[in-house]
Amino acid sequence: MTEYKSGSNLEKVLKAGHFAFTGECGPPRGANVELVRKKAQHLKGCVDAVNITDNQTAVVRMSSWAASLILKEEGLDPNFQMVCRDRNRLAMQSDILGVSAHGIKNMLCLSGDHQRFGDHPEAKNVYDIDSIQLISMVKKMRDEGRFLNNEEIDTPPRLFIGAASNPFAEPVEFRVYRLAKKIAAGADFIQTQCIYNMERFREFMKRVVDMGLHEKCYILAGITPLKSVGMARYMATQVPGMDVPQELIKRLRGAGKGKVAEEGIKIAVEQIQELKEMEGVAGVHLMAIEWEHRVPEIAERAGMLPRPEV
Amino acid sequence: MIVAEAKPIKEILEMIDGLNRILVVGCKGCVTVCNVGGAKEVAILASAIRIAGKRHHKEIEVGEMTLERQCDPEYIEELKDVIGDYEGIISIACGVGPQFISERYPEVKVFPGVNTRFIGGAVEHGIWAERCAGCGQCVIHYFGGMCPIARCSKSLMNGPCGGSNKGKCEISPEVDCIWDKIVRKMMAQGRLDELLEIKPPKSWLTARDGGPRKMVREELVK
Amino acid sequence: MQDFKPKIIGFYCSNCASSAANIASKMKLEMPTDIKLINIPCTGRLEVLHLLKPFEQGADAVYIMGCQEDSCQYMSGILKLKKRVEHVKKILEQIGIEPQRIEVFSLYAGKGQDFINIANGIINTVKELGPAF
Repeated sequence: MTEYKSGSNLEKVLKAGHFAFTGECGPPRGANVELVRKKAQHLKGCVDAVNITDNQTAVVRMSSWAASLILKEEGLDPNFQMVCRDRNRLAMQSDILGVSAHGIKNMLCLSGDHQRFGDHPEAKNVYDIDSIQLISMVKKMRDEGRFLNNEEIDTPPRLFIGAASNPFAEPVEFRVYRLAKKIAAGADFIQTQCIYNMERFREFMKRVVDMGLHEKCYILAGITPLKSVGMARYMATQVPGMDVPQELIKRLRGAGKGKVAEEGIKIAVEQIQELKEMEGVAGVHLMAIEWEHRVPEIAERAGMLPRPEV
Repeated sequence: MIVAEAKPIKEILEMIDGLNRILVVGCKGCVTVCNVGGAKEVAILASAIRIAGKRHHKEIEVGEMTLERQCDPEYIEELKDVIGDYEGIISIACGVGPQFISERYPEVKVFPGVNTRFIGGAVEHGIWAERCAGCGQCVIHYFGGMCPIARCSKSLMNGPCGGSNKGKCEISPEVDCIWDKIVRKMMAQGRLDELLEIKPPKSWLTARDGGPRKMVREELVK
Repeated sequence: MQDFKPKIIGFYCSNCASSAANIASKMKLEMPTDIKLINIPCTGRLEVLHLLKPFEQGADAVYIMGCQEDSCQYMSGILKLKKRVEHVKKILEQIGIEPQRIEVFSLYAGKGQDFINIANGIINTVKELGPAF
C-alpha cells in the first residue's frame, strides 16, 4: 500500500518502520491559548504526534479539536480524541468532517469516562454509539466516503484511526479479543493504557503476535512515569486494570527522599528501551500528564531523539 | 415491574401546604410489590400527614383509598364520587397514576407522592435493581440473556470498556459490570465468535429518544 | 411546665420484657403512671403504622421493650422492629417531631429494675422536650 490513509506525521513514521514516540497534552480548563502553546513548546521535536484529551475524566476542558488546531499551528501533529460520552452520531460525524477540513489527521476513538466522575455529574448521558462503532463509522466515512446512513460524503475525511487498549482490565482473557475487535472495526493504531508490569505485557504481546494483530495495526505501548510512591499506590489500587508490581513500589521507596521522581523517570526510560526490542510493539505513547517539561529529557535518555523526518 | 421510591415526607408536606382535605390514593399494582404505594403505605403516609398537621396545630383531614391500578381509566373512574370532597390528591402510584387522575379530573390538584425510578425486579427482599430500559428492541439473547442497554452505564453494545474493575463498573463498586458477566458467561458457553461480532449502532427510534411512545393493538381497538 | 402530664405509650413483648415486668412487680417497684403499657406477642409484630398511630392520637412519646437481639423468641422480631423504629425516626424528623420521642430497648428477662428505669428515662426525656403537640 503506497498511499497513506491520512498522511499524518505519525502514519508516515510508522509506515516507514520507525519506532514511534507519541506524547500527550491535557487542554486547559479555560480558553487559555498560551498554556496550550507552552505545553506544545516542551513537546516539539521530541514526539511524532501529540494526543489531546477530550474532556478527560468527564471534566470540562477546552475541546480536543480546538486545542488540536492550536497544536497544529505550533507545528505538531495532533492526535485528536473523541469520546462517546458527550456526542451523538450527528455531532460526531459533523466534528469528524470539521477536524479533517482543518487538516487534523489523527483521531483516537474512546468510550470516555462516565460523567459521574466528573465536574458535571448531573449531565445527560449520550453514548449513542460505542467506541468500536465509532471506529467503524470513521473508517466508513474515510474509505467508503459514506455517512453512517450510507449517503455520500462531499469530500470524505482523511484520518488515521486510533483506539485504546487496556491489556490487564478484567475480564483479562477477553482483552486480546477486544483488541482484535477494534482492529477488525478499522483501527490503524492502538495506544495501550500505561504499563508497569513488563512481564505480563510481554505475555500479552505474545498473544497479540500469535494472532497476527501487530501486522494489521500499529501497537504503541503506554508509559507513564511515576512521580511518587503515592502515585504508584494510587495507580495500583484506584485505576482499573493497572498492575503495578511490588518490586517497582519498593524500588521507588528505596530511592530516598526527594529522589523518587528521578527514579520514576529512570524506570520509564528503562521500560521504553525494553519496549523498543519487544516484538509487535511499534512505538511508545508517553503520558507525562502535567509533566510535559520533562518529556524532552525522557526522550533523550531513552534514545528516542532525534525524531525521524518523514 | 415499575419500581418507585417514596418522596421525602417534607417534600410532600410542602406540596400540600395550605390544603386541609387530602386524599391519598394507592395502587395495588407494581408499587404495592415494591412496598411504596400500596394500601399499607397509603395508611402510613396519611398518618404522617395527620401527625404533621397536629404538630402545626392544624386539623388536616386525610382520606385513604387504594385502587386496583391507576393505569386503567375504569379504576380512575372509581374516584368520581369522592374526589369532590378533597382539596388535593396525592397519588402514590407510579408516574402514570397522578397523570391519569389529573386528566380525568382536571379541576383537582394532583400531586405525585413517589418518584418513579426504573423497570426492574427484586434481587433480594427489600432490594430492587434495574433490568430494562424500555428501548423497544429487545436483544438480550445476543448477550447471554443480559441487557447491556439497561445494565451497562455506557449502554455499550461491544463492551467491556477499560473501566471495568474486578467485575464492577467504574462508576461505583456497588454496580456490577454487566459486560464482565456477559463475556464470562458467553466464553464459558463457547460463544466467543459471537462476542467478536461487531454489533452495529443501535437505533434509538423505538426508545424514548424517538419521542413519546404509543402502542396500538388494532385487533383490540373497538 | 409543671403541669405538663406526658402521654406515653409503652409496647412490651410477651417474653423478655414481660418477664422483666413481672420481676419488677414482685420486687414491688413502682411503675410511673404517665405510661400506658400495651402487651404484644413480639416486638416484631409492630409495624410502622402501629408506631405512628399513637402520635396521631396525641402521644408525646412511644417506646418499645423487647428481648436481647440474640434471644428473641421469634428469632428476628426485635431486629426487624429496630429497623422500623429507625425508619419512623426519619419520618418524625421530616415532620418536625424530635426523633428521641420514639425509642426501642432490649431487656434481660431477669432485670426488673431496668423495666422501671427505662420508663423513668423516657418520662424525663419527654419532660425536657415538652409536649409533642
